[in-house]
Amino acid sequence: MDEALIGALIASTLRVATPLILCALAGLLAERSGVVDIGLEGKMLFAAFAAAASGAVVDSTLLALGLAMAVAVLLSWLHGFACVSQRGDQVVSGMAIDIIAAGLTVVLGIAWFHQGGQTPPVADTVRLHALWPGAQATLERVPVLGGWLGPAIGEGLLGHNALVYAALALVGAVWWLVYRTRFGLRLRAVGENPQMVDAAGVSVLKLRHAALTLNGMLCGLAGGYLVLAQNASFAPNMTAGRGFMALAALIFGNWRPLPALLACLLFGFLDAAAIRLQGVSLPGIGEVPVQAIQALPYLLTVILLAGFIGRSTAPKALGIPYVKER
Amino acid sequence: MPAIETIGSSSPAVAVRMTAINKRFGSVQANADVNLSVIRGTVHGLVGENGAGKSTLMSVLYGFYAADGGAVEVFGAPARIRNAFDAIALGLGMVHQHFMLVETLSAIDNVMLGAEPHALLKRADAVVRARLTELMNSTGLRVELDAVVGELSVGDRQRLEILKALYRGAKILILDEPTAVLTPQETEALFKVLARLREQGTTIILITHKLKEVMRLCDHVTVMRAGRVVHECAIADASVQGLAEAMVGRQVHMGRQGDALAAPGAVTLQAEGLTVRDAMQVVRLHGVSLSLRAGEIVGVAGVAGNGQSELLDALSGLREPDQGSLRVAGETFEPGRWLDPRRARELGLAHVPEDRHARAMVMSFAAWESAVLGYEGLPAYSRRGWMRHRRMVDATAALMQRFDVRPRDPLLVSAKFSGGNQQKLVLAREIGQTPRVLLVGQPTRGVDIGAIEFIHAQLRALRDAGCALLVVSSELDEILALADRVLVMNEGRITGELPINECTEARIGLLMVETAHQREAA
Amino acid sequence: MSAPLPRWADVVVLPLVNLAIALLVAALVVALIGQSPGQVMTMLVQGAFGTERGLSYTLYYTTTFIFTGLAVALASHGGLFNIGAEGQATLGGLGTGLVALWCSQTLPAPLLLPLMFIGGALFGMIWAAVPGYLQAYRGSHVVITTIMFNFLASSLLVYLLVNRLKAPGNMSVESVSFGPAAHLPGMHEALAWVGVTWPSSPLNLSLFLALFAAVGVYAFLWHSRAGYRLRAVGSSEGAAAYAGIRPRRQIIVAMGLSGALAGMVGMNEIAGVNGKLLLDFVGGAGFTGIAVAVMGRNHPLGVVLASLLFGALFQGGAEVSFEVPGFSRDMVVTLQGFIVLFSGAMAYVIAPALAALVQRAKSARGAAAAVQPSQAPHG
Repeated sequence: MDEALIGALIASTLRVATPLILCALAGLLAERSGVVDIGLEGKMLFAAFAAAASGAVVDSTLLALGLAMAVAVLLSWLHGFACVSQRGDQVVSGMAIDIIAAGLTVVLGIAWFHQGGQTPPVADTVRLHALWPGAQATLERVPVLGGWLGPAIGEGLLGHNALVYAALALVGAVWWLVYRTRFGLRLRAVGENPQMVDAAGVSVLKLRHAALTLNGMLCGLAGGYLVLAQNASFAPNMTAGRGFMALAALIFGNWRPLPALLACLLFGFLDAAAIRLQGVSLPGIGEVPVQAIQALPYLLTVILLAGFIGRSTAPKALGIPYVKER
Repeated sequence: MPAIETIGSSSPAVAVRMTAINKRFGSVQANADVNLSVIRGTVHGLVGENGAGKSTLMSVLYGFYAADGGAVEVFGAPARIRNAFDAIALGLGMVHQHFMLVETLSAIDNVMLGAEPHALLKRADAVVRARLTELMNSTGLRVELDAVVGELSVGDRQRLEILKALYRGAKILILDEPTAVLTPQETEALFKVLARLREQGTTIILITHKLKEVMRLCDHVTVMRAGRVVHECAIADASVQGLAEAMVGRQVHMGRQGDALAAPGAVTLQAEGLTVRDAMQVVRLHGVSLSLRAGEIVGVAGVAGNGQSELLDALSGLREPDQGSLRVAGETFEPGRWLDPRRARELGLAHVPEDRHARAMVMSFAAWESAVLGYEGLPAYSRRGWMRHRRMVDATAALMQRFDVRPRDPLLVSAKFSGGNQQKLVLAREIGQTPRVLLVGQPTRGVDIGAIEFIHAQLRALRDAGCALLVVSSELDEILALADRVLVMNEGRITGELPINECTEARIGLLMVETAHQREAA
Repeated sequence: MSAPLPRWADVVVLPLVNLAIALLVAALVVALIGQSPGQVMTMLVQGAFGTERGLSYTLYYTTTFIFTGLAVALASHGGLFNIGAEGQATLGGLGTGLVALWCSQTLPAPLLLPLMFIGGALFGMIWAAVPGYLQAYRGSHVVITTIMFNFLASSLLVYLLVNRLKAPGNMSVESVSFGPAAHLPGMHEALAWVGVTWPSSPLNLSLFLALFAAVGVYAFLWHSRAGYRLRAVGSSEGAAAYAGIRPRRQIIVAMGLSGALAGMVGMNEIAGVNGKLLLDFVGGAGFTGIAVAVMGRNHPLGVVLASLLFGALFQGGAEVSFEVPGFSRDMVVTLQGFIVLFSGAMAYVIAPALAALVQRAKSARGAAAAVQPSQAPHG
């Protein structure tokens, strides 16, 4: 394999993984607090639409991102109202959000932009660009190692936009929040034994709503990324199952930030490799169909859940609406 | 006993005073005109059987329930306790029977939760650790602070709960059945801790039914029965005998002449050495052996939670014991090849479970569907996989007639029947199969007075027809009214067996509180 | 908590109220995008039921929804949430199609069609039974595994179609057409046999299959011993264990039957309509099945009625999108989402208010009755 391929693979992995990382972190916060969130897909989709719709009209990256986050937060609050305050079924609520998002984004898209659901491309000035566009060229001039450093580090690691690095930084931030702060301690506790937290005088509902708010913000960033860094406009169902893949990565990472990050990177790598492995014969296996590689993240998650590799330890109170026993 | 001192009105001698507390749940008066005075710096025992009202009283004190009437004073000042938070603020701390701990977090995290001194855990940890170390030194309580709670022993977890309460500034500690899950060594360790806490001025309220412990630890004791206070005194003036009698009360049927068949029939069920451990490896049943004879009702008396449930589960096939054997209808069962509920029914072993709602019936099913639960596979009820609706409904109607279940509607949803009628339906179902052996748990729990006599008559009739019955009940009245032979259980063992005509208050009461220690010493 | 709802209110009124709220919110959205809700509604009803052709299309959609709705409903009775109906329907179509591809030149229709049916049901059953097994014996949550299996199903279908089954020389990703023996007659053909002219449409005999399946599910759940045991496990695991019913077995049975029902979609879409294997013939029907089951309160009759509702929405929605520029079927999807939200997740939000209303109506009537005697005319 040549250096250009390595560089391209690393770059592609990070690009694909970024929305997964953001959504997985969002899911982590919600599920650690005990709320099942299969609505990640819908929130990301609606956020993407919001970013695309506003980005096409107003010349401000921050506004587009801000609106994306706001919309996702609203959906998270809806989820919170339905299943935390009103103790509805969390899975059904998440599903509802996915379906509503899938339909409503297209309905609004057609009504506002008349392009069959697609939005007009967001202006280049609004989109996000690589922070260090000259990195690859610069590194290639390094003697001896340049030919290797350039693609691998220059393109692979340094050639990304702010959101990619933000996602990586957010992994650290979420880790710190969950394991090093008072809020994080309470969050971890409420997902395992909400009765205990209630008895200790801390509001279970407020904790879960707070977790869901953060969840919305992260999903908003993920959706914004899709439009502002990846595609430039919104297309119907553009999330294409990424929200569920993020959920799979979260589960694969055992609801912990760093393993979840690794899972996202793995899944991102598989996606990047899938296209490149088309037509390539691997020793001993022969030609691997691209669909097999695309299916691998889901298959791995099932194998993990079945307990064949490691043990999956979900938060104990996950999915159970909290009822004060009096 | 500390001398009573009053330094003006700012240092009251009475830590807790509850006056005329009333609490009703539906038709049950859990607390009726209860008065309780706990002197500061003493250990006060609150004693009684299950359902006596002691847990309710303490729940009122700790803010879990609001009393219907009455007043509470803490350290001399009237107190409005609306929730646990208020209680904690007043200096009350409670250690529950079922621990409130997060198993995946460390011990120190569990103590901190809800009262973290700082938003950053590192700093909070430092502060809390220092204070906890201080507390541990002064009280003698030792817990590995960084250990994950899931890996701690039961005794350690309980110590952690006490530390948690003390950390929050508890001056009055309420302990709910603390030794129920402890080994003898752990119990000793706990006693040392409690004694030391008392020396330091902490007031302790001990909810328990273990009279030996009360005699050892407490300064005063209050005995409750059926929601009322029936006795209170200083320990110096009390005896285990006296307390046991007060706990158990005057019985009308004492020393009843048994009406069993003159020669009890053949042994239909024989259990040897049943030992059951729960999920935490605590032994719940210690090598229990018993036999049931045709035409005889064996009653199991004792405070609930002493292994009776595990015994019923093992005998009915719901749970496989760790050791022991069971012989019924010519077949022998051992761990590895234990009985299961289906086989049990095939062998003529019927079971009326203690938990009507979660086990005996499916609440969302129609009455006739609940009335065939467990028997839906019988040829009378189903043929080649299809249920014979008409037959099942008719059979249910007949059962309802025979057992006076109202309303006489087989189609009505099970949940809509009153507790008494639900129980009658369950009994009808089991008795209707003319079993060889009938195991009954709490036959009249939640049942109105009118139905109780009816149910008792049905059980006697079944006995007269030659069935062997085992009746477990936490109502001693009931056992004494029904049984021909009484087994008393305590701490997972059968502490005594008496024919009904030898049952006296004193003997039964003592057997109910007798511990393994005493038996060995005897 | 206020008084609980009386049974009639709980089973009939509450779902209708929740549906009304969903429709109201949808109407707001329609108005928001500059259309007239009333006009859209009229056109929708007209498009769904106004013409023979429209009615046929409505019933054709209804057929698929009945299958997926029954699948979700049956699993619910067993206490399981089957989100995998989409993937199970895909596998069902695959099974049906594979049997057709292998045997359509050699077997006559009366033999082939039942085999295709079995193939579809079997494939769907396996696709659901595996997650069921994982739940029962390995504790893997069936919601997550079925979501994963949905993706695996579509990957599998794409792989097979692209690499193995693709008709040579054809640009589109689909298999060769089946032989005529594999064709499930359309309703217009069947009606022609009895001398009735009917416009051609995708509606085919699998509608009767779906209705029969609904009756079958009803009979199974409430008249068979196995169905009794399944419901017991779904309602109360403790009582089921007491009765000697083994929950693990029931979980697998519930999921297997559920998957088989979803797999029957193959008869409608593959055998009845397309006559060949192609991509995405399920088109989200698995998720509509969830909405249908939720609306139909998991009862076969409710499922049939709700399927009819959704079939009408889909067909009517398509018609409206032809007539009204700017309106697309995605509005129907959105409404579907609202229905799942209000009838599913927020089903009991309205309940206290409704119960209070019922209470007040009752006491008002009681008070009126009490007042009557004094208003009786004096002699």
